[in-house]
Amino acid sequence: MASGLTEVGFSWPSWAEFFNALTLRAGFNARVVTLGTTLLGSASGLLGTFILLRKKALVSDALSHACLPGLVAAFLIANGFGFSGKSLSWLLAGAAFSSLLAVLFIQLVIRFSRLKDDAAIAVVLSVSFGLGIALMSVAQSVSSGNQGGLAHFIYGQTAAMQFHDALVMGGVTLFAAVVLGLLSKELCLVAFDEDFARLQGKPIAVLDFFLLGLTVLVTVVGLQAVGLILMIALLVIPAAAARFWTERLKIMVWISLGFGAVSGYLGSIASALLPRFPAGSVIVLVSGVLFLLSFLFAPKRGWIAAMVQNFRTRLFITQDHILRGFFEEMEFNADLKTLKMHTFFKHATRLDRVCLYLLQWRGQVRRELDAWSLTDAGTAQAKRLTRNHRLWEEFLIHYADLAASHVDRSADMVEHSLSPDVVEILEKALAEKDQAQAALASEVPGSVHPLGEKKSEQGPSHG
Amino acid sequence: MDETLYRLVSIDLWPLVAGVLVAVTCGLIGNFLLLRKMSLMGDAISHSVVPGIVAAFLIANSRTSWIIFVGAAVAGVLTTILVETVRRLGRLEAGAAMGVVFSILFALGILMMEQAAARHVDLDADCLLHGQIETLIWFPPNDLGQWLKPATLSMVPNEVYILLFTLVAVALFIKIFFKELTLSSFDAALCDALGFSAKRIHYLLMTMVALCVVASFFSVGSILVIAMLICPAACARHFTDRLRTQILLSLVFAVGIAVGGYALGAFLPQQLGYAHSISISGSMSVMAGLFLGGSVLVAPQYGWVAKALAQNRFELRVAEDDLYGFLYRLEEVQKTDMATQVILDGIGGGRVARKALQVAMGKGWVVRSGKFLALTDEGRKRAKTMVRTHRLWERFLNRELGLPTDHLHIPAERLEHFTTQKVAHALVPQGSDSLEDPHGKPIPDQD
Repeated sequence: MASGLTEVGFSWPSWAEFFNALTLRAGFNARVVTLGTTLLGSASGLLGTFILLRKKALVSDALSHACLPGLVAAFLIANGFGFSGKSLSWLLAGAAFSSLLAVLFIQLVIRFSRLKDDAAIAVVLSVSFGLGIALMSVAQSVSSGNQGGLAHFIYGQTAAMQFHDALVMGGVTLFAAVVLGLLSKELCLVAFDEDFARLQGKPIAVLDFFLLGLTVLVTVVGLQAVGLILMIALLVIPAAAARFWTERLKIMVWISLGFGAVSGYLGSIASALLPRFPAGSVIVLVSGVLFLLSFLFAPKRGWIAAMVQNFRTRLFITQDHILRGFFEEMEFNADLKTLKMHTFFKHATRLDRVCLYLLQWRGQVRRELDAWSLTDAGTAQAKRLTRNHRLWEEFLIHYADLAASHVDRSADMVEHSLSPDVVEILEKALAEKDQAQAALASEVPGSVHPLGEKKSEQGPSHG
Repeated sequence: MDETLYRLVSIDLWPLVAGVLVAVTCGLIGNFLLLRKMSLMGDAISHSVVPGIVAAFLIANSRTSWIIFVGAAVAGVLTTILVETVRRLGRLEAGAAMGVVFSILFALGILMMEQAAARHVDLDADCLLHGQIETLIWFPPNDLGQWLKPATLSMVPNEVYILLFTLVAVALFIKIFFKELTLSSFDAALCDALGFSAKRIHYLLMTMVALCVVASFFSVGSILVIAMLICPAACARHFTDRLRTQILLSLVFAVGIAVGGYALGAFLPQQLGYAHSISISGSMSVMAGLFLGGSVLVAPQYGWVAKALAQNRFELRVAEDDLYGFLYRLEEVQKTDMATQVILDGIGGGRVARKALQVAMGKGWVVRSGKFLALTDEGRKRAKTMVRTHRLWERFLNRELGLPTDHLHIPAERLEHFTTQKVAHALVPQGSDSLEDPHGKPIPDQD
C-alpha cells in the first residue's frame, strides 16, 4: 500500500494534446463540456458579485445543499409512478423546489425562533442535507440500481454533459445577466444602505428573493458540472477575487465574470487532460489560484501593495521625525547648528540611517564631514512639522482637556497628516481661546512640555 | 442469550452508543459555537478537515489511527488561521471568507480522495459524507459475565473508544476553561483586558471542534456533524436564558435526538412494512430538525405557541381596559343608549372585543341594563384609573414634550396600558387639585 503513494499511474499529457484542448480541438464532447463549464463560471461569477455584496455567501451554501432532498424526492415520486426517474428536468425541478423551500425556512427560523442568521442557516443546511441522505438510502432500497446517478449530483460529473445542457447554461447566463442588469441599481442601493432603501420604498424582500431565486436557478443548472457541494465555491470565489481589483461595482461584475469563465474553462480542460482529476475540484482549485494571485498582487487592496504602502508611510514618518527632532535640538540648544554623525548613529536604528540618507538625497539635509545639518528646505519642513505638532498639542489641551504631559504621543502621530486646510481650522479654533493666543503669535509656537528630558529618554530622532 | 436480544446487541447497540456519543460530544461544544454566533464555523471546519483526514489516512493507512486526529487538528487550526487572514487582510466579510477557505480545502480533499482511489487506496467518498455507523457490528459473548473481560472489550469497535475519548477531552476542556470561554463569548474586550487572550481561546475552541468533527466523521459523516453541533444547543436555547442550564438541557436533547433518530432510521421502516432501514445519519439529522421544530413550537415562554397565547392574553387585557374607558367616557357625556355592537366596534371589534365583554361581565364590572351596557362601581374604579392615566399622559406630552393637541390621543392611548402606579404618580404635577387635559376634559381623581 505504501508504494501506492509513490507510483505514478498516469502519464502527463503531451504539449500537442494540451494545445489542442486549449483551442477546443479535442473533440466535440470536450468542446461541449468546456463551453458548459465556462458559461456556468460566467453566470456564477456574475451572480456572485451581488451575493457577496448582500453578504449572502453562506445562504447560497445552504441553498445548494438543500437541493438534495428535492432531487431525490422527485426521483422517488417518478419511480413510484413507474417512470425510470431519470428525466433531468424533472429532477432539477425537484431540486429547485426544495432549494426555494430552504430559503423560506431560513426566514421562518429567523422570524419565529431565538436563533440568529448563522444558526438558522446551519440548521437548515444540515437538516435538509440529512433529509436528502435519508431519502437517498430509501431510493437505494426501493429502486433497483436506477438511483446510481443521484450521487453524481453531489460531486458532479461533467462527462455526462450534453450539448443541450450547455445550451441551457447559456440561456441561464443570459437570463441572469438581463435580470441583474435591470436590478443592479436597486440591488446596489440595498447592499450599501438597507435602511435608506427601505425608506425609499424599495421592496427589499422581493429583491432578495429575486437574487436568491437566480442563485437557485444557477445552482440547479450547475449541479451536473461541479456538484452541489462545490457550487458555493463558484459563487463566492471569483467574486471575492474580483473584489481586490476595484472599488467600482460595474468593473467588479466584469472581472468576476471573467474569473469565473476562466476557472470553468481552464478547469475543465485540465480535468479532461489529467485522468482522475474530477472536474469540479479542478475548477474550484483554478479559481482558488486566481483568488490567491488577486490576494497577493492586486494594486491597492492586494497584500503586497498594502505592505509596500505601509513601508513607504513608515519612511515618510521617520524622515519627518528626524527633521523635527533636529529642529527641537536646535531650539533647546541655541548654539547647535550641526549634529555629529556618531551622536546620531549611537541611538539610530537602521531605518533611521536609511531615512537620513533619503533626506540628504531630497536636499533637506546637508552633510559636512562628520556632521550634518538642515538645509533651508529642511528647516522649512521642520518648522512646518513642529508648528503642526504644537498646534495640535494646544488644541488637545484647550479643547479635549488633556494634561500637557499627555499630548505628545498623539501629536507625534497627527503632525504628519495635517493638511493646510485642517491647520487653518486649528488656528481658527485656537484663536477663540484666550490662553492659546501666545501659541499663534510666533511662527513656531513654544512647546507645552519640556523638551530636554524627553530627548535623553528617547534618542535624537524620535520626538 | 435470547435471539432478539442478541441481534439487538450485536447490530444495534454500538451504533446507538456511537450515535449518542457523537450527539453529546458535538452538542456539548456546540453550545459555545451557538453563543459566539459561529455556527457556520462548524460548517466550515467540517468541510475543510477533509484534506487533512485524507492525507493522514494515506500516511497511516488505517481509519482509526491517532494520526487522523493530528491531521484533523492541523486542518482545524489551519482553517481558523486562513479564515482570519482572509477576513482581515483581504477585508472580506466573515461568511465569504469562510466560503472561500473551506470550499478550496474541500475541493483539494476531493481531489486527493480521487487520486487515492486511483492508487487503489480504500477511502470512500460516501463514507466521508454520511459515515458508516451501521457497520459497527459486534458479536457479544453469550454469557453476561464475560462482558467486562478485556478480550471482549477489545472487540468493541474502535470508533466507540475514539468517541469516548473525545467526549472526555471535550468535557474536560469545557470544565477547565468554562470561565474563559464564557467571558470571551460575551465580552471579548474585557477578556483581553483581564489577561486571557480571547484570540487563543478562539483557536483552542476551533481545534476542539475539529477534533469532534473528526471523531464523528466515521460515524455520521461530515455534513451531519453540523446538525449535531447546533441542534441540541439550539433546542435548549428556547427553554432557558442561563448558560449552565442550556448546556445540561442540550445534553438531554442530544441523547433524545440520537436515540430517536436511531429508532426512526432502524426500526420505523420495518414497522411501516419496508424491508430496509434508512441511513442512520440521515434519520438522526431529520430527528434533530424535528426536535428543533418542536422546541420552537412548544417551549414555554419562548416557543411560538406560548408567545401566541401570551399575545392573546395581552390583547384581551387591552380590549377589556379599553371597554371600561369607553363606557366611562360615555357616562361623562351622559350617553347611556349606545348599542352594544357599536361599543364593541369602538374598542376594536371582532372576537377579542366580544371576549373582553364576556370577561368584564363575568367579573361583575359591566352589567346589562335593559338593552344597553353599564359600568358597576368596581368597573368604574378601573375605568377612572385608565382615563386618569390617559389624560395625565396627554397633559405630559403636551406640556413637557410640546406635542400639539391633535397628536396626543394615539400615544396616550398606547401608553395608558403600560403605565405602572409609580409612573402615574410621577405624572401628576405638584400641588394641583382639579386638573384638566389639553382638550379641556377633567382628569378624574385617584380613588
